[in-house]
Amino acid sequence: MLQLVVSLTIYLVMVIPVGAYLYHIMAGKRTFADPVFDRIDRVIYKVGGIHAEKQMDWKQYAGALILTNGVMMILSYLVLRLQNLLFFNPNGIGAMAPDLSFNTIISFMTNTNLQHYAGESGLSYLSQMLVITFMMFVSAASGYAACAAFIRGLTGQSKTSLGNFYADLVRITTRILIPFSIVGGLLLVWQGVPQNLSGNIVVDTLEGTKQVIASGPVAALEIIKHLGTNGGGFLGANSATPIENPTVLTNLIEMYSMMLLPGACVIAFGKMARDGRSRRMADNALPVHREGLTAKLLGREGRSIFLAMSILFVIGLGLCYWAECQGNPALAAVGLNQSMGSMEGKEMRFGVTLSSLFTTVTTSFTTGTVNNMHDTLTPLGGLVPMLHMMLNVVFGGKGVGLMNMILYAILAVFICGLMVGRTPEYLGKKIEGREMKLTALCIIIHPLLILVFSALAIGTTAGQAGITNGGFHGLSQILYEFASSAANNGSGFEGLADNTLFWNITTGLAMFFGRYLSIVIQLAIVGSLMKKRSVNESAGTLQTSTVSFAVILVFVVYIFAALTFFPALALGPIAEHLTLWG
Amino acid sequence: MEHCKNFLKFIRPAFTITLVLMLICGLGYPLLMNGLSGVIFPDQANGSLVTVAGKPVGSEHVGQEFTADYFMKGRPSAVHYNTYTVNQDGKEVYLDGSEFAGLASGSSNYDPSNPALAERVKTDIAAFLAAHPDVKPEDIPTDLMTASGSGLDPHISPDSAAIQLPKIADASGLSTEVLEQIVEDNTTGKLLGIFGEETVNVLGVNVGIAEAMGLTQ
Repeated sequence: MLQLVVSLTIYLVMVIPVGAYLYHIMAGKRTFADPVFDRIDRVIYKVGGIHAEKQMDWKQYAGALILTNGVMMILSYLVLRLQNLLFFNPNGIGAMAPDLSFNTIISFMTNTNLQHYAGESGLSYLSQMLVITFMMFVSAASGYAACAAFIRGLTGQSKTSLGNFYADLVRITTRILIPFSIVGGLLLVWQGVPQNLSGNIVVDTLEGTKQVIASGPVAALEIIKHLGTNGGGFLGANSATPIENPTVLTNLIEMYSMMLLPGACVIAFGKMARDGRSRRMADNALPVHREGLTAKLLGREGRSIFLAMSILFVIGLGLCYWAECQGNPALAAVGLNQSMGSMEGKEMRFGVTLSSLFTTVTTSFTTGTVNNMHDTLTPLGGLVPMLHMMLNVVFGGKGVGLMNMILYAILAVFICGLMVGRTPEYLGKKIEGREMKLTALCIIIHPLLILVFSALAIGTTAGQAGITNGGFHGLSQILYEFASSAANNGSGFEGLADNTLFWNITTGLAMFFGRYLSIVIQLAIVGSLMKKRSVNESAGTLQTSTVSFAVILVFVVYIFAALTFFPALALGPIAEHLTLWG
Repeated sequence: MEHCKNFLKFIRPAFTITLVLMLICGLGYPLLMNGLSGVIFPDQANGSLVTVAGKPVGSEHVGQEFTADYFMKGRPSAVHYNTYTVNQDGKEVYLDGSEFAGLASGSSNYDPSNPALAERVKTDIAAFLAAHPDVKPEDIPTDLMTASGSGLDPHISPDSAAIQLPKIADASGLSTEVLEQIVEDNTTGKLLGIFGEETVNVLGVNVGIAEAMGLTQ
């Protein structure tokens, strides 16, 4: 319990300066490191033929994002298919099959990192670097670029332009992801994560037997895997392996690196919303707000969003931790002491506490890295990661969680507006028919993808063939896989036998639409809002920067989730819990 | 023609930026990390190998399967810790005789209500009690009978180490005090007294036992 409180307190202390730095990058403000990075970026723009000052409207911005991501997928597909012929392949790995390659490139480009292969046997070192590590940078940078554009539009930096996608992509990569990765990566190596290009090591053990130990450029991948909320491991068992995550300290480094940027995004949003408000104050009569400490650090609008996300996070963490501490009654029945909690599938160095914390973090911040096997979690402990991927707003990864949460905020002001009979407003803009239609569409896509594909999997023999645990848990395995795909999370109930044509194609499609449809619709909403004149605040305006709005937001999120997902959850994890404890 | 030119102009930056970033993030960065870690932390970068008499016998961070009575045992592993041997027919097999499947990591992914899980634990408890007749079943620590997530967990809990000591003392001829000292030397406390769990490194203990028994010359 103390571990949980201390870990989260340290997080709050770290996220504030990072949020301030991210704000400077996203809003195009000067930072102390500009003299260095400006030069680097200029070289990249020149070599890449980028006109960084050219402004884009929402259609051009979304177009550039999808086009660039498409090109990245094609080139990476070629590398995977040809990896047996290329260099840096000391372990002699063969070419990847076409359907698996299709799944893998979509998975990594969409920042999902669902893995239907095992790194030990499926990828050469060149692929691990040139495809996997590369995509971990650019998929995260693409997400943060979209988020930066979204915030700029929403907070009224300009009436028509969202910025330049290529410039955002490069700036986020060079100014945030690469420097943070070098420092964090070296810390991981210091703690014992390997980083080399030699083949796997075979040793003669004390008993005269042999052991093969995985090796390779692990640390470089490991740090960006978390920092970019990617989640795809170098090895099959991901951050549960003591090779990727050898000590308690590496576990904390990996956990904080995935929590840092999504939280910082909310702070950047809060600060940019404050700038937007002071711009509006010039032409509209807005009351001056007195700002307390938290409002200064997070921005008033950012604070309520951050609070709502934190409430959701703490509720989930509490349930997961409690459920894992209860142990497994089926093992108690065969005489195994359960005082340590449910230890099947968990590592000794992390125990129940750090395992349940990591589980909740990886699915809230939609990373998908695991430090224990989620398939072996207790039913309610496994319900929490599934639910947080279904919500997809509890901080969320690479900026996308914030964008989703803001859609829920729009929904919340709309519902509150209906109750009092006023036209809803958010950040000084009227929310009208067009925005509401797009918001409803965007919110409905996520459950649609999860539930329709799950129904398809249950209804076909090809889908059912993947189930490896019987009974209610079989349904949970399927739901989890599609929730993870649609939320671009990438963790799995790894028992699922998912490297088949059916699973590779269906999850590939779920990941693709889950990512790009949402981003396009979200940018369209902003494109529509930014054209509107801002309105005056009055006594009847719903304040979106208050604690009560944060609570309303939490309720809206839970009610919507209950309406869409409760039947499925009742048949999966909840039914399993009742049978196990009944 | 004009159309074609415009289209090329539109897609060109997508291609060039992809190539530039691929080189920077996919080659430049990992190779830079390789160079830096090779210079600053050469031991860790190459797998933190444990050497006995100058020869590597394992890695500090990766568990191993042990069978001898005088060695400490780790947790059950779905991948047998990638420990194997070559049998008379020249085939690579795990220590229980089944075929070696190649380098892997992971668990069997049994959900809590899966009967196969309860069955495996039941068998393991019976085997453990047969080998340690003085132990009461309710005293067996949970971690020793449950498989880790990675199948490579190098650690067990201090309780799991302590419960094995009487039998190891018998088989190795070492005194309990010596063994307790070896276990203590290979125990890591919680980070800053707060984070994680107290752990015992099994390979470290067994290297200590082998050295104390004089098996390493």
